[in-house]
Order: sequence, then structure tokens, then C-alpha cells
Amino acid sequence: MSSQINKQNNHNSRAKDVSRRDFLRKAGTYSAASLTGAAMLLSPRPARATKNVTWAEHFQKNYRLMTDEEKEEAIERLVKRYSEEFGKKVNVNDTPAIDGVLFGYALNIQKCIGCRRCVKACVAENNQSRGDKQQIEWIRVMRLEKGKFSEEDRDNSGYPQDFGIQVGGNAYKPAGVVLEGQHYYEADKVPEKDAFYLPMQCMQCEKPPCVKVCPVRTTYRDPDGIVVIDYNWCIGCRMCIGACPYWARRFNWGEPDLPAADMNPDTHYLGNRPRMKGVVEKCTFCIQRTRKGRWTGCVEVCPVGARKLGNLLDPDSDVRKILATKKVFRLRADLNTYPKFFYFMN
Amino acid sequence: MKRFFQFVFDFLRASFSGGIFFWGWMLFLSFFIMLWVYGEYVQIANGMIVTGLNDQVSWGFYLANFVFMVGVAAAAVTVVFPAYVYKHKELHKIVVLGEMLAIAAVVMCLLFVTAHMGRPDRLWHIFPVIGIFNWPHAMLTWDVLVLTGYLALNIIGGFYYLYKKYTGKPVNKLFYLSIVYIAIVWALSIHTVTAFLINTMPARPMWFHSMMPIKFITTAFAAGPSLIIIVFLLVRKFTPMKIADEAFHLLSQIVVWCLGIALFLTLSEIVTELYPSTEHSLGLQYLMFGHHGLDALVPFFWTAMALMISSFILLLIPRVRKNLLLLPFICLAVFVGIYIEKGMALMIPGVIPTPIGEFAEYFPTHIEFMIVGGVWAIGFFVLTVLIKGAVGVMLGDVRYKEQASHRVQGEQANAVAT
Repeated sequence: MSSQINKQNNHNSRAKDVSRRDFLRKAGTYSAASLTGAAMLLSPRPARATKNVTWAEHFQKNYRLMTDEEKEEAIERLVKRYSEEFGKKVNVNDTPAIDGVLFGYALNIQKCIGCRRCVKACVAENNQSRGDKQQIEWIRVMRLEKGKFSEEDRDNSGYPQDFGIQVGGNAYKPAGVVLEGQHYYEADKVPEKDAFYLPMQCMQCEKPPCVKVCPVRTTYRDPDGIVVIDYNWCIGCRMCIGACPYWARRFNWGEPDLPAADMNPDTHYLGNRPRMKGVVEKCTFCIQRTRKGRWTGCVEVCPVGARKLGNLLDPDSDVRKILATKKVFRLRADLNTYPKFFYFMN
Repeated sequence: MKRFFQFVFDFLRASFSGGIFFWGWMLFLSFFIMLWVYGEYVQIANGMIVTGLNDQVSWGFYLANFVFMVGVAAAAVTVVFPAYVYKHKELHKIVVLGEMLAIAAVVMCLLFVTAHMGRPDRLWHIFPVIGIFNWPHAMLTWDVLVLTGYLALNIIGGFYYLYKKYTGKPVNKLFYLSIVYIAIVWALSIHTVTAFLINTMPARPMWFHSMMPIKFITTAFAAGPSLIIIVFLLVRKFTPMKIADEAFHLLSQIVVWCLGIALFLTLSEIVTELYPSTEHSLGLQYLMFGHHGLDALVPFFWTAMALMISSFILLLIPRVRKNLLLLPFICLAVFVGIYIEKGMALMIPGVIPTPIGEFAEYFPTHIEFMIVGGVWAIGFFVLTVLIKGAVGVMLGDVRYKEQASHRVQGEQANAVAT
């Protein structure tokens, strides 16, 4: 616990690179369009996702209230803008929720080795901001220490001694601490002998507190149980970040750094399309993949098969089988958020 | 209509006329307002990345100031309530000044919220009809409602009274009094709802207790009247307006009792949290004692406590409380103490540690200081303009004359101001 260095998101130390960016911007205006694309591919310069936003995009409606034509127009605008900015053909899907599907996730904490490959795969798949200015990750892998108990730790000098009674153990120096967790550790050294790992991401709660507090209904639960965000409607008030008990939501503090070369062009409007500064984002169970019947990035990459995704309404799905046969728990069940993200052991 | 424009003109004329001291003060404020403009420009151009906020501590200095100012706005009721409900004669005469203070405070609240938003350009999304208003689910929409409603009530109530005074017509009692009584209840609602805004999130255990609204109101009714006492003493010193000692005595009594209750509630909270010392008390423990060397907030907490406790003890002594030379300094101590207690010491440890137990310290950047300082300057600017104009009207120096030459009025306004 108490990692005092927050290296993952320390934007106080972000260096400015203004002159170079200016130079490149000028260079961009003078070169031909095709060259701009090439320059973007070559340079590590982040694409500026909000540079060419049109007035129409500024004044579009909330996604859920758009008619089909308006959705089409909005997506066309985005395709055009993203394709220009990233110098490649970008696809923005609007695949709706499939009837009879309720996504659920199960994670085997006995198998997880804490390698953080899921984190990396997630960033690559979902177009998060990267680089040293602003790194956004949707998955946190907690490293939980196994308890250490030894003769030296055992402390009999509890208080009040004078009466020969020890009240509630020794309040100042508890003997052995179990389940002290934090998310900063060397991923190369895993699995470690004295630790186990517990990845956390958006739990896609059935009763999401984040949705309830959103003043503009930009975040909502879709019929397949995924909590999504319309990035173009978010006002950046961060009420949802305050309300989330799982620390699953991330804010774009600055302009996202997304190198054009690394940008994943297969996107979804409510999922991994490039975001702009000042809006909140989070895990969507890879909505761009799962709504087309594919696994999420994290499920696909997990080397030990600890991650399982499935349809909670289908009794034959992996997740339902796990719920029926394994020892399952959810995080912070006391808060009645009904997460659809389950942890289990063999 | 012509008369109304004449009113606005004369009011502003009275507001913006004054001696070297007045213009020096306005220039001083303008300097900070320029810094605010610059700070907002930098923040909007680069994003919230220019602030000290981060994933771990995503609410900070702006909201801390917001919560405090909501309290100050609500505290106008401490003038209005005794004046109308208990028919306190001395306070009755200065109710309008309390309303002016509320207007300035709500303006500051709105500016702080806008500074906190990641996308102020999308502010219209929260407006009913043209945007989506997630009411009644989202507590923030309740806050928008009560704050704008309170602003409207104070503008309508205050300026209706002033306008009638200006034209020399009698006040329609039914209309005016209904506004006043609604505003009294409404004032309580703005702070209650602001408390609900943060105490309805079980993810933040330090705020998650039902004592929050009453604690907000008692601290507000200690800090607000403290500021009102200071402002009224200044008004009494620098304008010919007469405010009786009795008004100050009543206000200082309100301060002392609300401060006492606030301290008692703080004590209850500390005992309840620290006796079992569950993980839910980590925020409070971090605030009071620090956490493994992370102790940026510790001096703030103890300073606030020292200021509040010592002022409470001093104010309990009638001779001290009634000493109008000493009172403003104690009031300043109360105001600063509660500003720290409601600001940094309530907002920041609420989000530290994070829901997964991570401790990260938060230090506002110079941009945040510029914006916060600037908003305060705007608040004082608005307050000065409103109070000077209102005092002019109240004294009868600014009044409507059918055929009068405006020059005479201007001169009178000058006399008022200096």
C-alpha cells in the first residue's frame, strides 16, 4: 500500500515539447496531404485528436438521442476526421447490443501471474493515451502480499498491560499483515513467491453508481450490460470518477498522446475511438470486438487463461459454468453495485 | 422601462465613483482578474493537465473553494432570517447587503465549477431543454437547480427592493416577503444539496456520513456571518450608512453558536472514525496525522482547529464578543479557519486514499492558484460594485428624479462613495 510515487500518472513532471510541435505543425501545412500521413507515421508526435473538430461535431446530440441518420452523419464525420489525422483508413462502428446477450467476466485469481500483458494489450487495442506525458491504462493489476507471520512480529506488549488484559491485540503493531495490496511492481519478476495478483478494471456494474451521478447522462448502461460513454457529450465534471468504488475510470487530463502508427483503426463509437482532452474513459469489455463475437483484447492475450468472458444469459457459456461450479466472489459486494466481473478460484 | 435603465445607470454610477482608495482597490482586484484570464486560457488550451490533479486525486482546489463559497452564499440567510422571522429591526435595515453578498458568492461558485470542468465548452449539455438534465438522479443537477435558483431569488429580491427604494414607490409586501421567505429556505437547500453531492458516494468513505449536511450548514453559518460582520464594519467605516451595534452583536452570537456546534460535530466525527480505526477512517487519519511521511495536510488541519477553537473560546466571552475593534480579527480567524477546514481539509482527504487504497499527495499548481485567486478577486469586485450601489440607494442618494439633472445625482453618488 501507500505507493508514494505515482509514476504511472505523474503529469507534474511532463516536459513540454512545444517548439518541436510547432515546427511539425508548420511542416505539415506546407507538405502535401500524403506526405503528412507519412510524416505522422514516422514521427512519434502524438496526433491531435481534437484539432480538426468541426462545428457540426461540437453541436451534435447525445448519441442515444440521435436518429439513425444523425448517427450515420456523426460517424461519417468521425471517420473523415480520424482518417485524416492518423493517415490511415479508420473505421468507426456503431454495432448495437445483441439481443439476449448480457456480458459477464470471470477472472481466475489462482491462475493470474501478474504479468500485465492484459494491460499492454488493452492499451494497444483501445487507443489509450501513451507516452511520458499521459499514460492511461484501464486495467490495474493489484499485487497482494501473502501474510507474513514470525516470532519477532508477534508482540505481546499490548495495552493496557497493567491490568493483564490485552484489548484488541496490539493496536500499534499488528502481527502480520495480510492482503496489503498495491499496483506498483516489476512485471518482469512475476510470479513472485510471496504475492498473488488481482487485476481490476471496470466491473460493468448492473447498478452503476457512475451512471447515477452523471449530470448529463453521457454514461449509461447499454442493454448488453456494458456501461458506455459518449465521449462527445461528456462535460468532464468527474462526478463518475468520484462515485466509482473500483477506481476504474480515467480522465484525459491533457490531449491524448496516440502515435498514428500505433493507432488501432478498428473502432467503435462508444468504445475505443480516439478520445479528446477533458473527457472520461474506461473499459468497455472491448465493445468493438465483443459485439462482433470476438474475445476482448485481455482475454485473448492472457498467457495462463485466467480471463473468461461470456454471456450470462447462456447457461452453456464459460462464465455461467464458472459461476455454477467454482468459488466466486465480487469486489465490494457490500455496496450493492452488482458487478458483472467475477473473481474465482479453482 | 426607461426608468429601469435609469436605475441601472445610476446604480453603476454610484458603484464606480470613488476616491483614490476605491480605484486602488479595484485596480488591485483587476490585476488578479487578469491572472484569472491567463490561467483559464492556459487551462482551456492545454487541458486540466496544467493542474496538480491526477488520476488519484481528481477533485481538488477548485471544488474545495466551491464548497466553501456555497456556504458563504447560504449564510446570507443569517441576516435575512432574524430580520424577517424575528423582526429584528437593526438587521432589517441591512438585509439587502446580505443579499448582495449572496449574489457575489454564487457568482464565485459558478466560476469555480466551470474551472473544475474538463470541457467548459460543453456547459450547455447540462442545461435543461437544449441539453440533457439528468434530474432527479444526478445530485449535480440538483445543485445546479438550487444554485441558479438562489442566485435568481437574491437578484430578484434584492434589486426589487432597491428599485422600489430608488423610485420611491412602496414595496409590494406580499411579493417581496414571499421572495424573502422562499430565499430563506432555499439558502439552507443550497448547502444541504452541496453536502449531498459529496456524501452520497460510498466509494469515498470519509464523506459518506449523514452528518455532512448539518456540518456544512453550521460551518457556513459561522464563516458566512464572520465575513458579513467584516463587510458591514467596512461599510460602516467607509460609507455614511448607519449599522447599529446591536446587529453585530446578534451576528457574532450566531457565529459563536454555529462554531460551537461545528466543533462538536467535528469531535463526534473524529471519535466515531478513530475509535474503531477501520480502513474507512484512513482519509481522516491522513488528514490529522499524515501517512508514512505523507503529511501535506497535517498543518492545515491543526491550523484550522487552532483557529476555530481559540476563536470559539474568545467569542464565548461577552466582553470580547461585543468589542467591535477586536471582533473583525476574530471573525477573520473564524473565516480562515473554516476556509481551510471546509476547503483543503474536507475535499482533499475525501479522495485520499483512492478507492483501492493508494495514497498520493496533491499540490495545486500556480495555474490553480491564479484561477482561484482570480475568482476571489472577481467575487470581491462584484461585491464592491453591488454594495456601493446598494448603499447609495439605501441612503437615498441614488434615487429617481423625474426631471432632475443627472449631474446632481452623480455628485451625490460621489459623495456617497467617498
